[in-house]
Amino acid sequence: MTDIIRSPRPSPELPSRLAERELGFWLFLMSDLVIFALLFATYGVMADRVAGGPSAEELLELRRPLLETLLLLTSTLTMGIASLFWQSGKVRYPLILWLGMTLVCGGGFLYLELQELRHLLEQDAGPSRSGFLSAFFVLVGTHGLHVCLGMLWGLFMICQLLLRGLDAEVASRLQRLGSYWHLLDVVWIVIISAVYLPGAMP
Amino acid sequence: MTGRLSWEALPTYGAIVTFAAVLVLSLIVMTVAYLTWTGKWGYLWREWLTSLSHKRIGIMYIIIAFVMMLRALLEAMLMRAQQAVALNNPGFVDAEHFHQLFSTHGTVMIFFVLMPFITGLINKVLPLQIGARDMAFPWLNAVSLWLTASGAGLVIMSLLLGRFSTGGWSGYPPYTGIDFSPGTGVDYWIWALALSSISTTLSGINFLVTITKRRCPGMGWMRLPLFVWTTACSSILIIFAFPSLSVATLLLALDRTLDMHFFTNDLGGNMMHYVNLFWLWGHPEVYILILPAFGVFSEVIATFSSKTLFGYRSLVYATVVITLLSFTVWLHHFFTMGSSASVNAFFGIMTMVIAVPTGVKIYDWIFTLYRGRIRFSVPMLYALAFIMTFVLGGVSGVLLAIPPFDYVVHNSAFLVAHFHNMLIPGTLFGMMAGYTYWFPKATGFRLDEYWGRLGFYGWLVGFYLAFMPLYLLGLMGMPRRLQQYDQPEWQPLLIVAGAGALIILLGALCQLIQLIVSIRRRRTLADRTGDPWDARTLEWTIASPPPEWNFSVIPNVDERDPFAAEKGKGHAYPLPARKDYQDIELPRNNGLPFVLGVLSFWLGFALVWHLWWLAILTLLGSAGCLARRSFQRDSEKRISAENLYQYDRKRHQQLQKLAGHHALNEGFRWENKVD
Repeated sequence: MTDIIRSPRPSPELPSRLAERELGFWLFLMSDLVIFALLFATYGVMADRVAGGPSAEELLELRRPLLETLLLLTSTLTMGIASLFWQSGKVRYPLILWLGMTLVCGGGFLYLELQELRHLLEQDAGPSRSGFLSAFFVLVGTHGLHVCLGMLWGLFMICQLLLRGLDAEVASRLQRLGSYWHLLDVVWIVIISAVYLPGAMP
Repeated sequence: MTGRLSWEALPTYGAIVTFAAVLVLSLIVMTVAYLTWTGKWGYLWREWLTSLSHKRIGIMYIIIAFVMMLRALLEAMLMRAQQAVALNNPGFVDAEHFHQLFSTHGTVMIFFVLMPFITGLINKVLPLQIGARDMAFPWLNAVSLWLTASGAGLVIMSLLLGRFSTGGWSGYPPYTGIDFSPGTGVDYWIWALALSSISTTLSGINFLVTITKRRCPGMGWMRLPLFVWTTACSSILIIFAFPSLSVATLLLALDRTLDMHFFTNDLGGNMMHYVNLFWLWGHPEVYILILPAFGVFSEVIATFSSKTLFGYRSLVYATVVITLLSFTVWLHHFFTMGSSASVNAFFGIMTMVIAVPTGVKIYDWIFTLYRGRIRFSVPMLYALAFIMTFVLGGVSGVLLAIPPFDYVVHNSAFLVAHFHNMLIPGTLFGMMAGYTYWFPKATGFRLDEYWGRLGFYGWLVGFYLAFMPLYLLGLMGMPRRLQQYDQPEWQPLLIVAGAGALIILLGALCQLIQLIVSIRRRRTLADRTGDPWDARTLEWTIASPPPEWNFSVIPNVDERDPFAAEKGKGHAYPLPARKDYQDIELPRNNGLPFVLGVLSFWLGFALVWHLWWLAILTLLGSAGCLARRSFQRDSEKRISAENLYQYDRKRHQQLQKLAGHHALNEGFRWENKVD
């Protein structure tokens, strides 16, 4: 009944569609932020429930988290520089380079974080030891999982840049990846201030 | 390889359960056989399972809601029958099964009846009311649908393999922890809820973006139909409250599967924290459920009083105030759990305060009725019953908001009566009214009035008989969730309540008959004009059912109740000039959301039974689906302006013919005589 024409060129509605997606994704991020807020509240409730096991003062130190912070802040900088390239919409390889550097920093962060968690497990301070450690592992782990997903997303976007090129849709996805990445940075700053600093400097 | 799955998972632990499982299995087999026999699989796949159209998705949500409601009603009937006979004897439902019954009844009613019903109605109506062609994210919308379906599938699966939770719909630990509930029941509950809450969050985002970005020109915020306003506020609540449910249930899942200690009795767990997290979602959820129903009633009352809403602005402000306040009352669900008197007093007062905007709304509706030309059609009957019955429930709620009173009746049948008094005449009646009101818009014919009335009276009379005795029983000291009891003075009231449940079941049966009768009489009941109720908003300007693009030319609105105003001014059906038509784009059908739904069902199943290989496979599959989607280009089809123009011209000629000697542009009010 209706004749369907194959669309020959990008739709004129595409810019407004992409604006909708960015708003939608922003709302999703707010929802995600509530999850972190609740995990922080959970950590606050659980922080002194050590059940005779090791406490934050005994377990946490600041050197590794400091390195992690530096890596993550650098990755936010490189992501910011990458955003200049996708917004100009022309240059592909520098963009991939900067995205790649972001991922390398993210990878370094994850490596250090996993090392720290492994270290805790070796000290018999795993998440099933006490309420405090459950809350610590889940809060830090949820952030780490987010970073991990962000890295997979970033790798995927690099593939997409190579296979599909930098069109408006891909640029909009990168924009959303950028917001996601910066948000994780903000959450990490709160983790440092609410978990590591009070733990290591009581 | 098989995790916790073994032959013992088969439902052989009780005659009723085995019977129910066989019934479900045979219904599934019969449906499959019917589809194969009639060769409908291809049609089903092309037209429904892969559809991204908000109208089809809405209808599928409502089908899920009705199927699941049948199950929940039968469970309610079983519980009422059990309590009617179980004085000093174990009755016919054993304790373990009885606990499963009230847990599934609550879970199913909240997550797989009311939520899909609401989401379905919103899907169906929202784009039409704001003059849009679809939701902002049609593909995501289909993903939400299939996630809800897979959650519902998981609850049904718990009947066939293993058992469901016995921890009630709110699943308080430590009872639901691994020490006291080692089986799969709580896991079924957790993962069904997880699927449902992801689905709902995505829907909420979708609705809110649609409302902010897709309103037609001239549709300012203060011109939105009230149903759209309540949907917007409900969506905000969804976006900010559902994370709390996810956190509560996922931490419980971590306690259960990875031996963590969030809510356990030992090693530093704190179960009060679960209760806080759960109700931090749970109370906004009450308003997520009720606000859209308020929206439906506002539309219905205005239409069937043939008047614009009284106090539109106050209704909007009341909705917004409720949205904000709903985050400040959660503690009234557990006054007795040991908070200090001042904390309890604060939440008690906030609870009373939130009743004020709701009261404002009730008066607005009453004043809309005042001096209106009221037509007592089925949706209006539901609305009137709602106003009176809901106030009753509200008053019992204000009673419960007083901490000392709450101490006396908490966890009693009084509470059961109170929240059923909110959810049945509030949300469920709202959904029934919306279902009847928008049915012609969805299908092109009205529902049969006679059977609709019978159904309505079944629900109304049945409700009063079933729940008023529970108020009394609560005051007499009867706790909720009792499988048997030894107080002879409770039994007469419980028998009355049982009779009430039976009448509700008969009401639901009448609705089923109504649907069949209406389909058979669809020619006589046909809605040829697209405006069967002499209604006031944009969705009634277009044909019933609407074309797949909804509006051939996006309308331009310059006041509230735009259609009523245009009918009054005599421009109800303008035919735009050829040059005003433009080529449009609509999303092409896509099978990936359905595949994602199937994968997430098996992911849930794998997590329940600890089949880790299956969990990894389904996760990889889902990631593959998302990756596939991100490479799909050309996901839209175009419809030419000429086509739209021809369609409109044809519809205009048909309308002209129907109007005969009447003036077409004043609408079809002469057709909608008071019945």
